[in-house]
This record gives sequence, C-alpha cells and structure tokens, in this order.
Amino acid sequence: MNNTVFEQMKETVYHEQLENGLNVYILPKAGFNKTYVTFTTNYGSIDNDFIPEGESDFLHVPDGIAHFLEHKMFEKEDGDVFQKFSSQGASANAFTSFTRTAYLFSATSNIKENTETLLDFVQAPYFTEQTVEKEKGIIGQEIRMYDDNPDWRVYFGLIENLYKNHPVKIDIAGTVESIAHITKDHLYTCYETFYHPNNMSLFIVGPVDPNEMMEFVRRNQASKTFPAPTPIKRRFPDEPAEAAETHRSLRMTVNTSKCEVGLKMPVSDKKGTEKLKEELAAGLLLEILFGKSAEFYEKSYNAGLIDDTFGFDYTAERGFSFAIVGGDTNEPDKLSQRIKEQLLEAKEGQHMAEDSFQRARKKKIGSLLRSFNSPEFIANQFTRYQFNGLNLFETVPLLEAMTMDDVVRFARTMIQEEGFSSCFVLPKESA
Amino acid sequence: MEAAREQSFNHPGCTVHVIETEKYKTNTVIIKLKAPLERETITMRALLPHVLQAGTENAPSATAFRSALDDLYGATFFADSAKKGDGHVLTFTIEVANETFLHGESDLFDQALSVMSDVLFRPFLKEGVFPEKTVMQEKRSLQQRIRSIYDDKTRYASMKLVEEMYKDDPYALSAGGILEDVEPITSAALYDYYRKTLAGDTIDIFVIGDVKAAEAAAKIEAHFPFEKRTAFFQKKSASTQVTDVRVIHETQQINQGKLTIGCRTSVTYADPQFAALQVFNGVFGGFAHSKLFMNVREKESLAYYAASRLDSHKGFLMMLAGIDQKNYDKTVKIMNEQLDDMKEGRITDLEMDQTKALLKNQLKESSDTARGMVELLYHNIAAGVDRPIETLIEEIDAVTKEETAAAAKTVVVDTVYFLSGKEERE
Repeated sequence: MNNTVFEQMKETVYHEQLENGLNVYILPKAGFNKTYVTFTTNYGSIDNDFIPEGESDFLHVPDGIAHFLEHKMFEKEDGDVFQKFSSQGASANAFTSFTRTAYLFSATSNIKENTETLLDFVQAPYFTEQTVEKEKGIIGQEIRMYDDNPDWRVYFGLIENLYKNHPVKIDIAGTVESIAHITKDHLYTCYETFYHPNNMSLFIVGPVDPNEMMEFVRRNQASKTFPAPTPIKRRFPDEPAEAAETHRSLRMTVNTSKCEVGLKMPVSDKKGTEKLKEELAAGLLLEILFGKSAEFYEKSYNAGLIDDTFGFDYTAERGFSFAIVGGDTNEPDKLSQRIKEQLLEAKEGQHMAEDSFQRARKKKIGSLLRSFNSPEFIANQFTRYQFNGLNLFETVPLLEAMTMDDVVRFARTMIQEEGFSSCFVLPKESA
Repeated sequence: MEAAREQSFNHPGCTVHVIETEKYKTNTVIIKLKAPLERETITMRALLPHVLQAGTENAPSATAFRSALDDLYGATFFADSAKKGDGHVLTFTIEVANETFLHGESDLFDQALSVMSDVLFRPFLKEGVFPEKTVMQEKRSLQQRIRSIYDDKTRYASMKLVEEMYKDDPYALSAGGILEDVEPITSAALYDYYRKTLAGDTIDIFVIGDVKAAEAAAKIEAHFPFEKRTAFFQKKSASTQVTDVRVIHETQQINQGKLTIGCRTSVTYADPQFAALQVFNGVFGGFAHSKLFMNVREKESLAYYAASRLDSHKGFLMMLAGIDQKNYDKTVKIMNEQLDDMKEGRITDLEMDQTKALLKNQLKESSDTARGMVELLYHNIAAGVDRPIETLIEEIDAVTKEETAAAAKTVVVDTVYFLSGKEERE
C-alpha cells in the first residue's frame, strides 16, 4: 500500500492495486460520521460496440444497456440488495454516466459489513428473463419522467445536435423501444466484459483506519477467483469536427423557453497533467466569459435576456468534449446569438482581462476547497480523474500555476465555428 | 458520534449559535430571519433577498457584489425563502475558504462577515429607497421563477396539491411568492418592509468552522447590530377535520402521470409522538425498503419513484409516484392498502429495524455538513423544543410497532391531485 500526502489540502490518499487488478483508494476523514464508498467500473452508456470477453467479433448492444445493467445488479435470488443495506444502516445507490457505472453506499456504522455487501453484490450477477422483463416497466417510467423534464430534454437535444455518430448522443437510459430488446444474455455479456476487477476502482472516504480497511478489502478479493484480465476492445465510429445539426427546437408544456448553446470541441490527444490543464483552462474560460461577475452576465441580466438559471458546463471524457451555455429566457434566438458571439470573440482574444482571469482562478480554487468538504465529491471525482489518467489533488497547485496565456491558447484552438449548435425548448402554442 | 456541539449567545436582537470544528476546509455563516407566513408579506419576502444582493454601499451593483465574492476565493453567498410550519424563513448563507489551506491569505472570514453585514445593513440606495431599476429587474426575475414552477411537473403537482388542501390556511402559499402580487410592489414599499424585517423578525445566526466561539460571537455582534425586539407569537392554525377525500384530476400534454396524495396528521415536530411518526413515515415511504417502494415499484413495476414525504412542522404528509395514467386506480388502491396495513399494525420486525437504522444514519450524516447541522438545530428552534439529536436518536430506538401503528392512525387522506396526459384513462 502506498500513500500520497497532499500537504496543502491536508489529505492523504492510500492506494493499492490488488492482485486481481482492482484499484483500491482510501482517504481517511477525521471528524466525519459518514463513510462513503463507491465501486465503479470504467464502463458507461457510450461503450455499446465492443468485442465480448472470450470472443473475436464486435457486438453492438441495445441503447441504454449499461444503465439497465446497473438497475439489475441490485436484484438477487434471495431478494433486493437495498434490503440488506437498510438492515445494516446504509443508504445505497448507483448511477450510470457516459463513461462510468458506480455503485455506492453511505453509512455511519457497520462499515466493513456494508463494504463487503457492496463488493459482493456487484461481483455476483444474477439475471433471469423474468426479472429483466419486470425492470422494463420501472425503467420505462424513469424514461417517461425524463421525457417530461425540459432541462433534460434541452440538454440531450443539444448533444444529439452536436454529434452525428458518436454514442454520447444516445440517452443514457435508452428509449422504451430500445430497452425492449434487452435480454439477460446481453446483460451477462456486458457484465463479463466490463466488470472485471481490473477495469474497476473502489474508493473509500470517511473516518476509517486505512490499514484495517485495505486488509479487509484484500481478503474479500483474495477469496474470489477471476479469469486473467484481457484488454477490453471498444470501437467508436468516426466523428466529424462539425456539429451534426446547427439547431433544433422542441415544443413542451412549459411557460418559459429554454435556450442552450453547445460547442463541440476537437478531441484532444493530451494526457495526464497537460490534459488536466486543458480541463481547468476550459472552466476558467467559461467563468471569465459567462460567470456572474462577467460583463456578459450583467448586460444580459439587466436587459432581461437571462435570469439566475443561466449557467455553463464543460464535459470532457474518453473521446469527446463539449461546452454548454444557456438557461431560461424570453428571447432564445437573441440569447443564442449573443452566446455564440461572445465565444467567437474570445477565440480572437477579446474579453480576456488579467483581473477577470485572477478572479476566476481564485473562485475556482475556493470552490475546489469547498468541494473537499464533500466525501461524495472526492470519491466520484477522484475516480473520474483516475479513469482519465489524471489526479484530482493536482488541481489546486496546477490552478495556482496557471496563467492567462493558458486560457487564451485554449480559446484559440478549441473554439471552432463549425462546432456550434443550439437547442431550444419552447412553449406549446396551446399551453 | 460527532454531533453538533453548539454554544449559544443571546444578543439583544438575535441569538448566535457557534459550532467549533476543524473538519471543514471552509467557514460558514448562516442567518435565519423568521416571520409569520402571510399573504400580505410573502411576495415581498421572496423578492427582498434578491434586491439586497443586487448591490451594497461598498459594491453598488450585482456585478460588483459578485466580483467581491469571487475575490474572496469564490465565497458562495445565497439566499432562499422557505416555509417552516406557519412561519416564513429567509436564510442567508455565506461560505468562505479557510485561509489555512491557501498560500499567503489572511482574514477571509472577517471579510466575509463584512460582505454579509453590507448586504443586510448597507444596501445600495437611491433617494433613500432601493433603486427603481434594480427592483424592476428583480421583480421580472421573480415572476419568471414563479412561472417556471409550472415547467417542473412533479413540483407543480405538489404545489397544486398543497394549494387545494390548505385553501383557508396560509400554508397554501408558496414560499417563493405569488405571481399576481409581484407587479404592485414598489421600491418604497419594499424598503419599508425591509426595515420592518430587520426590526421585527426573529433572528438566529449560526457560525460553523475553525473559530473560537466567544470570539466569533463578539464579531457577529459587531457586524450584525440587530436591535432589541420581542418575539412574535406564532399562532398555530387550527387543524381541519377531513370529511371526504377530494380528488382533482388535471390534464396537460405530458408523458407521465404525476400522482400526489396529501394527508394530514395531528402530530408535529414538537409533539412527544414525533419519533413514532418519523418511524411510521420511514416504514411507509421514506426509503428503498419501504412499503410504497416495494409494492408500487418492485412488486408491480408501476413506477420509478414511489415515496412519502413529511413536513413535520405542519403535520402534512404527501405520497407521490410517477405512473402511466391507465394505472391510476390500481396505484391509488395499492397506496391506500399500504396505509391501512400500517394502521392495522401489519409491520415486520425487519421493517422496524431497517427504518430505525436508516433514520439514525440520516441524522448522523446530516451532522457532517455545516448546513445539515444548522437545519437540525433550527428544527428545534422553530418548533420551540429542546430535543438534542442524541435524544431524538434514543427516542427513535425506543419506538414500538404499536406506537408506529398509533402514529399511522393519526394520518388521514385529504386530497388526491393527479396531473396526467390528455388521453382517456382506461
């Protein structure tokens, strides 16, 4: 077991890669009641074309299967795993993103028992045709719930606009139609390909003794046998640099229009620290251009073009990265035009004042410090960074070393006019 | 467990509560101002925090104010308004980095106190009142915020349920304000109301972080010189007898039906049976092992979410589920059966144990965040009871099945509000 001390943050992370390939991280948090544990596989909604473990040909699986698999992991021959967590005083959950599936619990007691339950249930799949069929009704309602959610619709509508072929454009839960095709055999195939310990990470954060916990996990894993890991072969279609569609409008039963502008960015080949710098530069750029203290925000707010729902987001994962800017508005056309102009001007070096940069950087450092109060943030973000070959604890020192030039360079190379698209949700005429 | 060890200080115009802890990388100050929930004032109270953040004497515009916060290493400042039983509570929160974790910074906490004090005591004024333009902009934003509740169908359905159930009770009012009451508000009236709020509201200030209690309390007194006041008398609205269950069905062009069922109970936070009511709600619909989740979702695949929520200061309980409208009758029947089972005491040992374990876990987890601790403390303050979290945990542990069933018997279904798509129900 190695430990890395992050002096400035006063945190220590203990790490060991076990014999079966599982990466285990432990971050002790003195003074906290809660222990939060995530067990995550580097597998998400975009991994829908791959060579199944032990086979030689590529297989394309139905949309929404990673999320479906996540749901079905909880059901076992002897009942629902939620029941067991509840009996042990733990609150359990799971989520699926574009690139990850995470199983987790938080608890203030029985930490070892709950960790064992987490490891054991994720490592013992049990799927039957009957339980798979039953889940289709539940997930169908989850999909319909999102169908009524204008924020989700505008977000996914925009991603669909941005990408022509890449599976990031597929809704994580799939559709009622696509999940109808899922069988128990699909689930086993995906499970065996992507849930090998070598493709997974366990992150424990809370008031724990790292040596004791590591030994506990080591023993649990040593008691199980896994085949030798083989490299996972995924395949992704070619994706053009330009947005697939420049615009679409959706009509929903809403009072207020929503406008989101997306910017598809070139896929970067950077790794490690350089990649992390790129992600930080993106965050700083958006803060400088669109933050609450930016001139853009003030002018647009005072003109009644935006309200406090206005915001921005940058996503960079395996093989894709994009920025999204927008919010509720009465004039979606005008807002989308203004956002696009602001970004294109930034590409030419405008709006980049040194004091705005300093302010954005301070804000980002403070916000990271605040995030380190949260066990959920630490475990989820650390895992995401690790899967991408980055280190979460490098962020603050890296930010402190960044300069305005880093942001200017990012704006110049990553903002491309062909990458723009917009998506609106507009009130139905009858509403 | 690590609980909120709080030290209180009674100042003339407010009570200061300090929690000394080194477990966070930030320090937090939370100010709560409580007044009775009333139609006449609720919309002004919803508007006021936004106008106050739109500029102070030292930072005379929203942009200047936000820049000052960013310069304090992105101190977060936010305000919201919420109902607490029959009270309306405005909450102002500032959270600032503990400079120990930064290179070459000092007194960020003192600067944060100054910023917050500026917001409450030194707003930017023109001709002695809030600037006309600011009030107009914030009114427009507030109107948009209120209108957009309609866009979130689950939230909209619960809001309509509460409006229908509490027709002659201020609890029907939305904490975020009433749309038609926004337009008539003038700068002068809002400023006048602001003065009254500072002079008359019941005020509690919480400091959580790497501070020394007495020193922090002294700083608070210097920065927030609230004048002496008398506590207002919170009259408890009379509980209503339910005669028949009312059923309201609204249709819109949506995909999924949002079912909400509102219930009343005579037990509230201040009552000795509160722990039993909590256990009841946990067994009934609070968790993934609860009766509603197991029967509506897991057994029948009718819904993705099926749960119950309790507002313990009011004695209001809501069941909710997202369903296909053709399954309306079936779902309502199953939900009612679960409630009947609870009343008849058909509760297993396992359900009791699981619920108690998770309720205790929730309470302990809440004390891990500054805001969670403040919410736990404020429950007691708002309800006027002295029940430390350790005591509540003991009470939860001691609840029996009979007491749980007795708590269930106080729960009466009042109104069903179903929002669904336009097609006919099968």
